[in-house]
Amino acid sequence: MYLTILFLPLVGSLISGLGGRWLGCWGSGLYSTLCVFFSFLMSLVAFYEVGLCGVSYHITLGTWLESGILKVNWGFLFDSITVVMLIVITSVSSLVHLYSIKYMETDPHKPRFMAYLEIFTFFMLLLVTADNLIQMFLGWEGVGLASYLLINFWFTRLPANQSAIKALVINRIGDFGLTLGILATFWTFQSTDYSVIFAMAPLLDSFSFFFMGSDWHGITLISLFLFIGAIGKSAQLGLHTWLPDAMEGPTPVSALIHAATMVTAGVFLMIRCSLLLEFSPAILCILLVLGSLTAFFAGMTGIFQNDLKKVIAYSTCSQLGYMIFSCGLSCYEVSLFHLTNHAFFKALLFLSAGSVIHAVSNEQDMRRMGSLVSFLPITYSLMLIGSLSLAGFPFLTGFYSKDFILELTQILNYKNLNFFYISLSFWLGSVSVFFTSFYSFRLIYLTFLNNSNLTRPLIISVHESPALMLLPLTILALGSLFFGYLSKDLFIGLGTDFWKGSILVLPVNNFFVEAEWLLIISKWLPFILTIIGVFIASIINITSLYKYFVYQIYGLNSFLAFLVNKKWFIDVLYNRFLIFPLLNFGYNTTFKALDRGFIEFSGPLGASMFIPNWSKIISRFQSGLLTHYVFFLIIGVCFLFLILIYKNLMFNTNLNILSIFFILIFYI
Amino acid sequence: MINFFNYMNISVVLFLISVLGIFLNQRNILVMLMSLEMMFLSVSFNLIFLSMYLDDIIGQIFSLLILTVAASESSIGLAILVIYYRIRNTITVELMNLMKG
Repeated sequence: MYLTILFLPLVGSLISGLGGRWLGCWGSGLYSTLCVFFSFLMSLVAFYEVGLCGVSYHITLGTWLESGILKVNWGFLFDSITVVMLIVITSVSSLVHLYSIKYMETDPHKPRFMAYLEIFTFFMLLLVTADNLIQMFLGWEGVGLASYLLINFWFTRLPANQSAIKALVINRIGDFGLTLGILATFWTFQSTDYSVIFAMAPLLDSFSFFFMGSDWHGITLISLFLFIGAIGKSAQLGLHTWLPDAMEGPTPVSALIHAATMVTAGVFLMIRCSLLLEFSPAILCILLVLGSLTAFFAGMTGIFQNDLKKVIAYSTCSQLGYMIFSCGLSCYEVSLFHLTNHAFFKALLFLSAGSVIHAVSNEQDMRRMGSLVSFLPITYSLMLIGSLSLAGFPFLTGFYSKDFILELTQILNYKNLNFFYISLSFWLGSVSVFFTSFYSFRLIYLTFLNNSNLTRPLIISVHESPALMLLPLTILALGSLFFGYLSKDLFIGLGTDFWKGSILVLPVNNFFVEAEWLLIISKWLPFILTIIGVFIASIINITSLYKYFVYQIYGLNSFLAFLVNKKWFIDVLYNRFLIFPLLNFGYNTTFKALDRGFIEFSGPLGASMFIPNWSKIISRFQSGLLTHYVFFLIIGVCFLFLILIYKNLMFNTNLNILSIFFILIFYI
Repeated sequence: MINFFNYMNISVVLFLISVLGIFLNQRNILVMLMSLEMMFLSVSFNLIFLSMYLDDIIGQIFSLLILTVAASESSIGLAILVIYYRIRNTITVELMNLMKG
């Protein structure tokens, strides 16, 4: 049964992809949805058995690679982290499948779409169930590939091609780090199996690499490389630029990539490697700082975006920052809890956005929507649930994980982390709570509540989505409402034994309990900031201040708003100072100067030019004049004698003088 | 007593003079032919001297053969020269540049 969870999506993908011609539009949709749905049902059973009953499965199918001491098995490990991820992936994926049956109804390539979605799910499942780093890497790369295929689904569109290439290439940068991490792991532990690595991590704490004349702490280096992989995949600051551009794919793809599968892989890797990260305080600090910076940056950028999907994309980026920095605080279970909750409300938000976009004939600009509440009441209420949950409104799902992460940052007596970094992450995290609620409600207002900016033909054609699209939305909304409350005690309750051995927090890093005894005012702080965000968004949008803000803040007058709307010009900076120089270097230096220049010139082209030239020059010696012939004759005889005389001296210092003499003669 | 170095010097200097005669001569092909004859002369002189010195007859036999060869060579050379003159009406060396590489 456990392997069926994994291989049902693969089978579904192959059949709906290769046999889509015979299954047809509805057939492939239903078939693939059913495959994932049964996989979901079985992962519920797995969750019950592994998570609640406390068994743990470790299945080995056979040997994959065996060379010397390297042995990689096809192994599948089902522990607590895996089953939680299984639930997240299969549930969101099956709802997305169900949603796309109707959403992609008119698309001529629907079997292909379904096959890609399904293979995406399969690779993600392979990623989370792997019992060694190399098999995990297979899933990791497979997810990247599937994201390329999905973002590029409408392959005739140029932006889709560009975004897909961008997503793939930027992910590849992170993958390179991950590869180095795997190699370093093998160098250190002589194995890539999780069981070996995590068992040996405390013992090899003093292992260090000798590189570039200095010692590098082995586990810190490994964790750093693994984290570079996570930066790429989870779109942390620095390699985040692919995520907003990945919006070029169809909306269900965005929901799948952003909510449940792809971006969570990096966080999953961090959580999985908790037993490794715990032994390197420096990496925890990097996680903390980079995660909080990402949360802040993406939250701030989300405020001034005008594209419906990009706002939600930046909120994903921001929430991933929360997950990463909660890993940095050694609260991996909270991170996974937030990941789970986030999957529900983010999938809800994306699919509702898809519903809105579907209703207004593929218009994505929020400034050209408005008043949709009277046309799409169900979508409005679902999206409101999603937004409230995202903003951390009390007693919704987001509240239980996000506010808890913020409370964790307020504990000031972490031994392993610098006080400065803790307070930095606290402030950045808190401010991004404000940003989160602000842009969520800005989205709600601009899309649903403000005066309509739709054109008349569009207004006539606005319609509520069909039931087949609203059904998955409703299920996700129920998840966003209740999941946090229901699973809080299971995931992050005090003394919960749900995680068993799958997550390790060193006792010296564990300040989990302290969060329960914070001052009441600090516990209220995130909520107050949320309310302020909602309040400001409402004031700006309801009153006539809106128009003032349109001209004063959204307009070009405010440089800051312009800067934020352009995503802090990070893309421009990358393009101008990294990508164009690299491309120029590639074309001018390596291609033109080296490949076609130096190597060609010293190789085939040079030889083919050199030989005729010099043969022409040498044949010019035969001038036809008898005296010249005599001259060369005698010179030649002289040289013959010289060689005979110096024969014994050829290999000492005289050689140089002689050879210079010869070369000079040659040039004459 | 015969001085070894004197005799060797004479033949070598004679040879070098004839080489220079070919080498430095830019104009007259007759001078080149004469230098060639002188070269033969110096070589046969050397052979005769060494046959005397080593008390061996083979050097003298060789010198006789060389004399024959030199005579035939010069006659053939002069014949070529006459034919050349008949065609070109000149024997100036500088103008012998019809065959270029």
